Amino acid sequence: MKEFALIFRNNTTNEAKISPDDMTALTKQWQDWMGGIAAQGKLANEGARLGFDGRAVKPAKIVTNGPYAEISEVIRGLIVVNAESIDEATEIAKGCPILTVGGHVEVRDIIQINMSKN
Amino acid sequence: MCRAEAFLLMQEKELIPYLYRTEFRKITAVLCRSLGIEHISIAEDLVGDTFLLAAETWGLKGVPQNPAAWLYTVAKNKAKDLLKRNTLFFQKISPEIQYAADDKHEIEIDLSVKNIQDSQLQMMFAICYPGIPPEAQIGLSLRILCSFSIDEIADAFLTNKETINKRLYRAKEKLKQDNVKIEFPSESEIDKRIGNVLTTVYLLFNEGYYSSNNNAVLRKDLCLEAMRLTHMLTENETTDKPAVNALLALMCFHASRFEARVGSNGELILYEDQDTSLWNRELILQGERYLNKASTGNYLSKYHWEAAIAYWHTITDNETEKWEKILSLYNQLLMMEYSPIAALNRTYALSKIYGNKEAIIEAEKLKLDNNHLYHCLLGELYSNVDLKKAINHLQHALKLSRVAADKKVIKNKISKLAKLKNV
Amino acid sequence: MIVSKQWENWMGGIAAQNKLAARGNRLGDEGRTVKANNVVINGPFAEIKEMLGGYSIIRAESIEEATEMAKGCPVLELGGTVEVRDIIAMS
Repeated sequence: MKEFALIFRNNTTNEAKISPDDMTALTKQWQDWMGGIAAQGKLANEGARLGFDGRAVKPAKIVTNGPYAEISEVIRGLIVVNAESIDEATEIAKGCPILTVGGHVEVRDIIQINMSKN
Repeated sequence: MCRAEAFLLMQEKELIPYLYRTEFRKITAVLCRSLGIEHISIAEDLVGDTFLLAAETWGLKGVPQNPAAWLYTVAKNKAKDLLKRNTLFFQKISPEIQYAADDKHEIEIDLSVKNIQDSQLQMMFAICYPGIPPEAQIGLSLRILCSFSIDEIADAFLTNKETINKRLYRAKEKLKQDNVKIEFPSESEIDKRIGNVLTTVYLLFNEGYYSSNNNAVLRKDLCLEAMRLTHMLTENETTDKPAVNALLALMCFHASRFEARVGSNGELILYEDQDTSLWNRELILQGERYLNKASTGNYLSKYHWEAAIAYWHTITDNETEKWEKILSLYNQLLMMEYSPIAALNRTYALSKIYGNKEAIIEAEKLKLDNNHLYHCLLGELYSNVDLKKAINHLQHALKLSRVAADKKVIKNKISKLAKLKNV
Repeated sequence: MIVSKQWENWMGGIAAQNKLAARGNRLGDEGRTVKANNVVINGPFAEIKEMLGGYSIIRAESIEEATEMAKGCPVLELGGTVEVRDIIAMS
């Protein structure tokens, strides 16, 4: 079993289009989707949901306001799943609700450190 | 009185306390298992009575051929008598103990070597129960697993008999209430439960090693008991896990410095000032053996990191690599689990590699202002950078410190620095 | 490896302040990007020239403090960027 990170991205324009009712429905979809992964014993880490505040620190310690501002796509959050291969992790990613509101999911393999922590 | 009689008397006087220390815990563990967790006190009293009888009888009739066997037989018979007399009482309270209606059915109290080992291990799991406070776990461990008297436990904790009695009573009630079983945990539970045991045993070791007891700088007894208990775990297949071996290695490395740690006046000698020829090489070798044994499996516990750090502290001929390794190990330990001591020690290792000025920057980020060791460290680091600040921190440390031995060391440092200041 | 020692020291320093909430993960070179309608593109998210290398979670009083801590990250010496974001606490 390997671990893969699922990184969720969207842009603020798409998100602004979501009505409060849609948001409620969306939240439920997220819970169902993550619950489904957990039920298969494949949710390695619940990860984090990122807020709207941000800074970008660049070389020479330059700090700019806002999330990483080079693009309009912003990282919204991430989770870590267990899967046999990146293809399996990609299948899991296809169920992510962010895809229904214009967002993307990036699937990446995780470099294992040689020991497990606990 | 002739010499032979005097010799026998002396032997007997030392024999019973010695046997008490080694056999009380064994017999008590077996009886606890037979009678159930609700009757720990009865088991204790029963074994206590056995030793009282031994003291009376051996004084008059002489020491038996096989003293331990005598104790076992007497304890066994007392237990059987108790159970026969109180059949109904026990049936009401302990339905697990099945009695036939007639007297022919005998209760087996198995005092074989294997059952003694198993019972003690199982008692260890029962006692190191997270539902009772840590001091109670240690207190009960000392009483049941290490044969300490209530007075001895009170002495170790710098408190009085009444407090200990209350503490142990409450603990036993909680064990009864929560129906804690005296048995080996299941496969799925064992790693977690061993974790609980190791936490308690490690606390016990530290109680002895960093003794807050002002009467003896080092409570060697406590450390050795902790090591004996951990060693017991390694002797049993079910409990012989890597983390257990790592903890035992750690204890061996620390214990190897017992002699070097205490000066001729009972004062505490810090690591960097120790006479390394007083380090016990045999214990260091044992530690290495256990550390090797621990290096199996995929799972590293915090004890692995701590043992590796302790191992590097036994190396004296390679200062550069040593401190690099120690810093790296503290990084890993802290990433796994934070503790103020580890944070401070990491910073000390940092100073050995990058110098005091760099280390001061890192140290001041720690913000452990209420910790006397924090101020000791800053005092040490500032000593060749800013004498005034150094003395300031050490005086703060003196105020915060609660142990006489520590205070002595700090006072010495202050006077040394004060002399430099006035030069 | 020099980078490893720097990373370890940087994270160890944060851990020593009791501010490391999660060690996080280093991300490898394998990647897929999933878009709506089951569209899957090979490779990491390509809309930016920089690839996400990893993440950690720290504790701080404010995003400013977190940003200060981020300045010590060794990726900056290699021309990389650290994005600092607040985390929405899960209920």
